[in-house]
Amino acid sequence: MGERSEPGIDPKLLEILVCPLTKGRLRYDRERNELVSEQAGLAYPIRDGIPIMLVDEARRLDEEQTVPEPLRRKG
Amino acid sequence: MTRPSGDPDHRPFDRRLLRLRRERWLAAADAPLFLHEEMAERLVERLGDIRRNFATVLELGCGRGALSRRLAARSDLRTLVRTDLARAAAPGPGHFVQADEEALPFGAETFDAVVSVGAFHWVCDLPGVLVQLRRILRPDGLLLVAFPGGDTLFELRRSLLLAELELCGGAVPRVAPFVQLADAAALLQRAGFALPVADIDRLTVRYRDPQELLGDLRRMGESGAPRLAGGAPLRRDVLARALAIYRRDFAARDGRVPATFEIIWMTGWSPHPDQPQPKPRGSGKVDLGDWLGRGSG
Repeated sequence: MGERSEPGIDPKLLEILVCPLTKGRLRYDRERNELVSEQAGLAYPIRDGIPIMLVDEARRLDEEQTVPEPLRRKG
Repeated sequence: MTRPSGDPDHRPFDRRLLRLRRERWLAAADAPLFLHEEMAERLVERLGDIRRNFATVLELGCGRGALSRRLAARSDLRTLVRTDLARAAAPGPGHFVQADEEALPFGAETFDAVVSVGAFHWVCDLPGVLVQLRRILRPDGLLLVAFPGGDTLFELRRSLLLAELELCGGAVPRVAPFVQLADAAALLQRAGFALPVADIDRLTVRYRDPQELLGDLRRMGESGAPRLAGGAPLRRDVLARALAIYRRDFAARDGRVPATFEIIWMTGWSPHPDQPQPKPRGSGKVDLGDWLGRGSG
């Protein structure tokens, strides 16, 4: 974790963000730096500290092959 | 607006294309900003007229920051959250979230005010967006947005229509359909906003030539009307004819041509019990006839 230079998300933003599709809660996946909407089955990336809350840009949770190799894991 | 029923996607605008356009607009050094600057200036004036503190503010479609800069200067502001479809809008005050106005990623009752300039004219589902906005506003929170609508670019629309009818024997809309003033007020009310007000500002910009207007629109990221033309691109000769008609019908004596921009303003408040309320029908205690003097005779 300490090696990651990618900035995480501002806690203030984390408080107010919801899934744009379901308006449901988001889980912050620190390791992948993503906001996960279990309900929608989507993970929204955070790049340079900016949450990308676009459905087009989100990773589908059921498509593991889109995950970069080093980050791949069960779950 | 009617659409062919076989169209699988009935949305009037292609939001993906719009996103690319906005990215390009934000990156362009020579983009004309007068329209956004004008709307932003008027919006903060209107905000200033409201005797209220707005601590947590959401700005939608922040673009090149014309409004963000002015909002950041307000002394009551504590938290500014800015969104845009395009990533290139990120630099600026407050927090930035890349988001689509049509699918807002914010929790209920989060903001004291939601503001926007120059973004809502590309929204496909305005009623749906308004309902989402009411939800994310705190009770008694303010919605104040400005965007081109009404008779905007009517000179261009008319010229294109005439040219296409003349040369092709038919015409498709080449300029986006705009929200009309009467619809704006009705939509606010339908979305459940209290004290809804819609009004209009008219700006006339004078150009040396209609070509210059087209250049401005393109560099503002506002060219074309995605999805509307039904696939048929505008023919070069039709465009040339349209520009000739524009000059013929609208040029002033000095040769300059006007372009009309009508800015639609939508103002509404998220409902709160302390707001002025109409009394229920039939609850009146005084007969209006008495007031008008009918009883005296």
